[in-house]
Amino acid sequence: MDNIKLTIDHKEVSVPKGTTILKAAREIGIDIPTLCHFELAGMNIHNHPGGCRICVVEVEGRRNLAPACVTECMDGMVVKTNSIRVLNSRRTVLELILSDHPADCLVCAKSGNCELQALAIRFGVREIPFQGEQSSYKVEVSPSIVRDMNKCVMCRRCETMCNDFQTVGALSAIERGFPAVVSTAFNQKLSYSNCTFCGQCVAVCPVGALVEVDHTPKIIRAISDEKKTVVVQVAPAVRVALGEEFGMKPGSIVTGKLTAALKALGFDYVFDTDWSADLTIMEEGTELIDRLTRHLKGDKDVKLPLLTSCCPAWVNFFEYHFPDLKEIPSTAKSPQQMFGAIAKSFFADKIGVKREDMIVVSVMPCLAKKYECARDEFKVNGNPDVDFSISTRELATLIKQANIDFNSLEETPFDSPLGESTGAAVIFGTTGGVIEAAVRTAYEVITKKQLPKIDFTELRGLEGVRSATIDVDGLPLNIGIAHGLSNARRLLNDIKEGKSQFHAIEVMACPGGCIDGGGQPLHHGNSDIIKARWEAIYEADRNMPVRKSHENPSIKEIYKDFLGEPCGHKSHELLHTHYFDKAKVIEIKLD
Amino acid sequence: MENNYKQIRIALRNCGFINPENIEDYIARNGYAALASVLETNNPQATIEAIKKSGLRGRGGGGFPTGVKWEIASKNHADQKYVFCNADEGDPGAFMDRSILEGDPHSVLEAMAINGFCIGANKGLIYIRAEYPLAIERLLIAIKQAEEVGALGQNIFGTGFNFDIELRYGAGAFVCGEETALIHSMEGDRGEPTFKPPFPAQEGYLKKPTNVNNVETFANIPVIILKGWEWFAAIGTEKSKGTKVFALAGKINNVGLIEVPMGITLREVIYEIGNGIKDDKNFKAVQTGGPSGGCLTEKFLDTPIDYDNLIAAGSMMGSGGMIVMDEDDCMVSVAKFYLDFTVEESCGKCAPCRIGNKRLYELLDKITEGKGNMEDLDQLKNLSKVIKDTALCGLGQTSPNPVLSTIENFWEEYVAHVNEKKCPAGQCKALKSYIIDPDLCIGCTACARACPVGAIKGEKKMPHEINQNTCIKCGACMEKCKFNAISIK
Repeated sequence: MDNIKLTIDHKEVSVPKGTTILKAAREIGIDIPTLCHFELAGMNIHNHPGGCRICVVEVEGRRNLAPACVTECMDGMVVKTNSIRVLNSRRTVLELILSDHPADCLVCAKSGNCELQALAIRFGVREIPFQGEQSSYKVEVSPSIVRDMNKCVMCRRCETMCNDFQTVGALSAIERGFPAVVSTAFNQKLSYSNCTFCGQCVAVCPVGALVEVDHTPKIIRAISDEKKTVVVQVAPAVRVALGEEFGMKPGSIVTGKLTAALKALGFDYVFDTDWSADLTIMEEGTELIDRLTRHLKGDKDVKLPLLTSCCPAWVNFFEYHFPDLKEIPSTAKSPQQMFGAIAKSFFADKIGVKREDMIVVSVMPCLAKKYECARDEFKVNGNPDVDFSISTRELATLIKQANIDFNSLEETPFDSPLGESTGAAVIFGTTGGVIEAAVRTAYEVITKKQLPKIDFTELRGLEGVRSATIDVDGLPLNIGIAHGLSNARRLLNDIKEGKSQFHAIEVMACPGGCIDGGGQPLHHGNSDIIKARWEAIYEADRNMPVRKSHENPSIKEIYKDFLGEPCGHKSHELLHTHYFDKAKVIEIKLD
Repeated sequence: MENNYKQIRIALRNCGFINPENIEDYIARNGYAALASVLETNNPQATIEAIKKSGLRGRGGGGFPTGVKWEIASKNHADQKYVFCNADEGDPGAFMDRSILEGDPHSVLEAMAINGFCIGANKGLIYIRAEYPLAIERLLIAIKQAEEVGALGQNIFGTGFNFDIELRYGAGAFVCGEETALIHSMEGDRGEPTFKPPFPAQEGYLKKPTNVNNVETFANIPVIILKGWEWFAAIGTEKSKGTKVFALAGKINNVGLIEVPMGITLREVIYEIGNGIKDDKNFKAVQTGGPSGGCLTEKFLDTPIDYDNLIAAGSMMGSGGMIVMDEDDCMVSVAKFYLDFTVEESCGKCAPCRIGNKRLYELLDKITEGKGNMEDLDQLKNLSKVIKDTALCGLGQTSPNPVLSTIENFWEEYVAHVNEKKCPAGQCKALKSYIIDPDLCIGCTACARACPVGAIKGEKKMPHEINQNTCIKCGACMEKCKFNAISIK
C-alpha cells in the first residue's frame, strides 16, 4: 500500500494511506484523547461515530477542527494536536459533556474505571462553567443490567455492539437534540425488548450508564446467615481474568488464589463450574453421538446440526429470533444450571442439608447468567437451582471490601466432590472450547480408541466464524463455530435455508467467548487483554493432568452412584431443559 | 409591482404561468426540450462541462459548484448510481422549493433525468417533507404524466435511456436537509449526519454513488441547457452566477417570494422590491441564510448579494430565507429565537451541538431575563466559536451564527441587557418597566381596571402608580390609557 507523509506536532510521520490522524499520532507517541471512539482490533468491532468531538485537532488549511478518529491522513498534511485553539475546544466540549452528566462519582459503579472521569482528571477540570438543564430519565433495573440513561454520553458503543456485533437491536439512539439518548425502542424496559442480556453493552460503556445488577449485598447476607449452607461455583473464564483486578498482568491464571479468596470470604463449599462443564460434555456429547448415529442410519427426522446450549445469551437469542429452530439446540442445560441442579439434589442430600437451606452462588464472566438462573424452568417450587450469579467484577469488589490481600493468598484446591475437573472443561471459557471438549469425548466414545492428539488446533482461533472437518476414524464430522450473535445469525440463516453442512455448531455470544463476557474486568478496547486470556485458557488446559471430560473420576463416580447413564432418566430430569418461542411483538407499556 | 424589473425569473419561470397538473402546459413552454437535446447530443461529458461553465452553485445553502458535483459522481464507477432531489425544505418561513414543486414540478423531474443521464444513473428519488401534501400530489401527477408521454421511465424518447423517479417522505427533521442525514433517513436509519468523506458522490445511498441536489438547483438546469451556459453565466457576479429565490419576510411592506440576480444589493431588495420597512420604521438588520445565517446591519445594505460576500459579512446564502427587522426588534431575542430552533432540530449526535446549543440558548435566556453578567457574554462568544469549530455537520457548525453576528453588530445591545438590565428595543419582558407619568395621568382608573393582577393603585382623579413587583408586563394598561401617560422604560 502507498505510504503518505505528514507532520504531527512538528514530527514527521509516514503511514499507509487510509490511516486516521488518531492512529498516526499514536504511532509516534502522541496520545490524542478520545471518548466515543472504540475498537476491538482483530474482532471486527469498530465504533467511530465522530460524535464526542474530544479528539479534535487542527489541520492546516482547514476551516474547522478535524476529529482525529475519523479524519484520514493526507500527503503533506500539517496537524497540530495541542494548539491553544485545540486545547480550548477540547476542554469546552468536555465541560459541556460534564454539564449534562450527574456528578455522583462517589457512588457510581464505574468510578475509578470511567473513561469520562479519566478525561476530567487528565484535563484537570475543577469546575463546570456551564449550568443548565440536566437530562432526566428513569433508572431501569433489569434482571442483569442497570441502565441509567442520565449518564449516557451518546458514544454509541453499546449501539454498535447490540446492532452490528450481536444483531439484537435492543438499543439505539432515540429522541433528538438535547434529550437524545441511547435506549430501547419507545424507551421501554429492556425486559420488554429483544435484549439477550449478553452484557456487551456494559462491557464497552465508557461511563456508568450501563452496569451490572449488583448482587454482592445478597451474597454477604447469605454468607452471614448461619442457617444457610452457601455453595459457590466458579466459571472457567473467571480464573484467567480476575487477576487483572488486582494488578496482575492479563492472562495470569489465578485458580488457586481464587479458591483461597472464596474460602476466606466464608463460602462453605468452593466448587468448580468446570466440574459441571465435564458433566455437560457427557450429556451433550451423548446427545450428539445419538443424533449422528440415527442420522447415519438414515433417520430423516433427526435434527442436525446440534447446537450448543451453554451460553445463556445465545439461548435467549434463538428463542427471540429463531423460535422455529428451537428443537435443534442440545437440550443439555448450561454448566451453571447443571451444577445448581446437582448441588441442590445430590450434594444437599449427601451433606444432609435441606434444599431451602442451601444457597448456590455462581461466579461468572457473564451477565446473562443472572437472567438464566432466574428463569422459571430452573426452579423447584419457586426455589432456584442457582440463587445468585455474580460477575468477575463483583467478586473482585467482594474480595477488596473484605480486605483480602489477593496477591499473597496461598493457592488452595477446590473442595470435593464437585470441584474436580479436566482440561476439556476449562476451555469452555473461550470460543471453540465447548466443541473441542465434545469432540475429545465423542471421538473416543465412537471409535473406542484413544485420541492420537488431544489438541484440536483447527477448532481454535478468534475469527468470527470458523469451520473444520474432524476425521473420526473415517467418519467426517463437520464442525461450525461462531462467536458474536451476528456470526451465529449467519449460520442459523444457512440452517433455515437448508444450506448448512454442519453436524454440530458451537455458539458463544461474546467476542472470543466467555473470556470477554459482559461480566469480565473491563478491557477498554485493548484486544491484547482478550488474547492473553485466550492463551491462558489453553495453558490452563495443558496444565491439567486429565484433559478429557469422560475421564474425570468424579464424573464417572456420579454416574455410577447417582445419575445412572448420560441422557438417562435421571439426567433428563435434572440436567436437560427445553426452549420457548419468545418471538415478540413489542408492546408499548406505560408505567 | 412596479419594481418587478429588478427580478429575473429562471427557477420560477413557469410558476403561475402553467397548470402544474398538465404536462402539455409545461411542454408548451419548452418543457422536456432540454432533456431531449441532452439525450440527442448523447454527450454527457459535454453537458456536465456546460453546467460547470454556467457557474451554477448549489442553491440548498452550501453553494458547491453543481457541475463539479456531477462530474465527481459521473467518474465514480458503480453498477448502480442514484440522483437525489433534496426537497426537505426546513428553514422557518421559507417556501422556495415548495413553490417550485407545486407550481412547476416537471422542471425538477426533467433536470433529474438530465442529471441521471450525465452521471449514469437510472434511478431518481425525491426526499420531500410529508408536510407538503400539495407538492407531493402534483409531483405524483407529474411523474405519471411524464411516464405516459415517454419523458420518464423506460426508453425515454426512444433513446434507450431509462430513468425512474420515486418519492420518499421525510418527517420534517431539519437536519435531514444535510445530505448524509438525508441519505440515512432514506435508507431507513436514524436521520443523522455522518462524517464526510466519503461524500455521497463516492458512497451514498446504499453505498452507491449518489448525486444530491436541491430543488431550486435542479429547476435551473433545463434553462441552462436550452439557453446555453453563456447566457446563464452572464447573469450575476464573478463567482455567483444566475439568480436566487428568496423568501422575503419580516417588517417589510411587500413580503413573499422574489427571484433576483446574484449581485443585487440588500438595499434594492428591501427598499425597491420590498418597498421599504413597515410603518416607516427604521431598518435595523436583515437575517439571511435561515436559522443558521447571520444578521446584517445597515453597513451591508449596499453589498452585492452573493455566496462569498454574505459569508465575508458573517452570514450566508443558505436556502434563501430573508427576514427584515426594524428598530423594535431586540437582537438578543432574535438570536435566542434562532437558537431555540436549532436546539429543537439538532439530531443529538455530536456533543457540541447537542449540549452546546442548549447551553447557548440557556445563556441567552438568562441575559433576556436580566440575570446575565459580562462573564456570560464572554462565555457566549467562546462557546459559539467552539461549537462552530467542533460540530459534526453544517447544522452545528452554523448554529451559533445568529449569536456571533448579533454580538458582532449589536454588542452594545447585549451590554445594555447585562449591565443596565435594559432591553433597548423594549422587547424583553423581564427588563421592561411600565411607568405612569404623574404629570399626564388624570386618575381615570381605566388602567387599574384593565390590570389583570391588580398592580395599579391610586385614588380617583389622582395620579396612579404601578407596583413593579406585581406587574407582569402584559401591557394591558398602556393600551387602555387615553392620555399617553404610560410608557415603557
